[in-house]
Amino acid sequence: MRRRAFIVSLPLLGLAAATGCADPRGHAHAVYLLVDTSGTYAEEIGKAQLIVNYLLGSLQPGDSLAVARVRSRSFSEKDIIAKATFDNRPSQANAQKRVMKTQVEAFTSSARGSVNTDITGGLIQGAEFLNETGAGKKTILIFSDMQEELDKATVRSFPIDLKDIRVVAVNVVKLKTDNIDPRRYLGRLEDWHKRVKAAGAREWRVINDIEHLDALLKS
Amino acid sequence: MADSPFWVIWPGNAALSALVWFVIAMPFLYAARAPVHGLLLAIGQLAGGPLRLAARWLLASAREMRTRNRAVLLAQGSEETGERIAREFERVAALVKRDLEAYPALQRRLLDEITRVEEDYRQCGEVPPPPPEWVEAVAAVAKIKPNGNELVQRLLEEINVSIKAIHEKNLSEYRRAYQSRHKILDGFMPFWRSLEKTLARAEGKMTNLAERAAAIDAQMEKFEKIAKKTDEAEHALAVSALTQFFIATLVLAVAAGGALVNFKLIALPMSEMVGAGDYLTASLRTSEVAALVIIFVEATMGLFLMETLRITHLFPRIHSLGEQMRKRMMWIAFVLLLALAGIEAALALMRDMLIADKQALLQSLAATQAVATEGWLSGIPTAGQMLLGFILPFALAFVAIPLESFINSARTVGGGAAVMLTRALAVALRFAGYVIRHLARVLITVYDILIVLPLLVERLVKNGRAAGKPRATGFEAGERS
Repeated sequence: MRRRAFIVSLPLLGLAAATGCADPRGHAHAVYLLVDTSGTYAEEIGKAQLIVNYLLGSLQPGDSLAVARVRSRSFSEKDIIAKATFDNRPSQANAQKRVMKTQVEAFTSSARGSVNTDITGGLIQGAEFLNETGAGKKTILIFSDMQEELDKATVRSFPIDLKDIRVVAVNVVKLKTDNIDPRRYLGRLEDWHKRVKAAGAREWRVINDIEHLDALLKS
Repeated sequence: MADSPFWVIWPGNAALSALVWFVIAMPFLYAARAPVHGLLLAIGQLAGGPLRLAARWLLASAREMRTRNRAVLLAQGSEETGERIAREFERVAALVKRDLEAYPALQRRLLDEITRVEEDYRQCGEVPPPPPEWVEAVAAVAKIKPNGNELVQRLLEEINVSIKAIHEKNLSEYRRAYQSRHKILDGFMPFWRSLEKTLARAEGKMTNLAERAAAIDAQMEKFEKIAKKTDEAEHALAVSALTQFFIATLVLAVAAGGALVNFKLIALPMSEMVGAGDYLTASLRTSEVAALVIIFVEATMGLFLMETLRITHLFPRIHSLGEQMRKRMMWIAFVLLLALAGIEAALALMRDMLIADKQALLQSLAATQAVATEGWLSGIPTAGQMLLGFILPFALAFVAIPLESFINSARTVGGGAAVMLTRALAVALRFAGYVIRHLARVLITVYDILIVLPLLVERLVKNGRAAGKPRATGFEAGERS
């Protein structure tokens, strides 16, 4: 009797090992898109819609996507405009993508500029979201000029944790002051590079040409 | 100076240094000549011996494998030919049962028709009754010459009139008799035709039987050759197996293409059922595995169907099942295959819908809207996919036939290839052993060339000693040589 039970349990054990050993979320990709709405950069928000559309078309069932805005203080769930972990079934995932597209369209058409720019707060919030998804690949996209401006009360001068996360700065436009002295622009990007790497990020990349968005999700 | 190797006596002149070292070493090399020769020979034997041994062992193995292959091949051929003969006998039995079972009725019919024809023939042979006796009397009266007597004249005239009337009557009777015979002969025709047809049918059946008998003769001849284990039979079976192997491989490759198309059809919709984001291994999605499993299950059901239909003979257990159980199993396999084909057709439809949904989403996300294509033309791919999804499982079911041929012939082809490989390896090892042994001899010669000067001195000394001694007799000289 025991022998028979053992023989029956063998294939079941094999199946359990095959399904259990493989991490179901290990292949998933989670993306957190930070959209800067401060100052003059708010004019660029139309391009953010293109990026969201590209992401919706590229992400697969089981992947996660969140779109959040960068304001004077961005470390808050309230700044997340739309988020979804797409269903494993392709048809349901497509329906979720349609809803998300509508939400982002509503946001881009009604977005208002903020006084300050808290990119660090957005990064911390994004890392929190990505880690919660448990996805194998995690990416934060920052749609901003990367010029952080904080009010006096806001504290962001501490080390942050971006372990195993790719950070991609998209459409980093040059400011008027950058045109006067390009070293400011290059220095700003270099500072972010150092800070992100110090936070344990897997990769830092800058993509200014939004015609080549295919590099967004490729590590 | 400091960079020169330790053995260089004159820095910058390595060749001279080497020559000096060689001259110094030469007496030692001469002294060590016999041990070095022995060492080289021993090394040659040491390396060459095992290689030769291995080559012999491989050749013996190849012979054994060939014997075993031959036995298997002949056994397979014998079994196959036996089955064919049995099938031919079954056909003959069916032929005899179908055609010759009605032979008594056919024979009776033939006899009836022949009797009827004989009867008719006999009736045709009946002639009209001969003329009455008075004809001779009339002939005698007719010989009477008219002599002018009026009475006689009138009597003759009366007789003449009577005879004419009788003649007319007889003639008409004669004609009537012939008419009736002609009618009988007319009635002959259908019987003759029927007789001819019946005989032709009987001949045809006999010809079929003769053809089957000829086929049995041919198979029996082949069987006898196999039973006698002739080389001709072995060669014929080997060639047949090789041909079968290549044909089966080709058909299996085509079937694999069909299975791939099938896989493509159902992999995407399976993600709707088991999820697209689940992975079994690093790169293997659960939905893909599920699609593969469905295809394998279909192939297995097809295999069982072919087995229960007794088209293939891969599972002896199925063949030993009772007739009723076999039929039940056949129906179960068929129903499952039908159900799987239906599922595949539905999945193919779902695939089309998913692609259309994805396409619609991408178009809504794109900056430019694509032109929608509506109409019956857009339905053709959907219908085609559904039809393909339904047909492919049944087409895959027939893979069992080439698979059986492949498995059966692979034993022969693989065995033959293994024998060839073993022989080639044996030859290579033997050659290597030969080269190593002779290389030792070559090295001995090279060694002697290196120490040629001491050897020359040795020869001179020996010759000098020999000159001091009395000359050897011719017999001794011959012995030395």
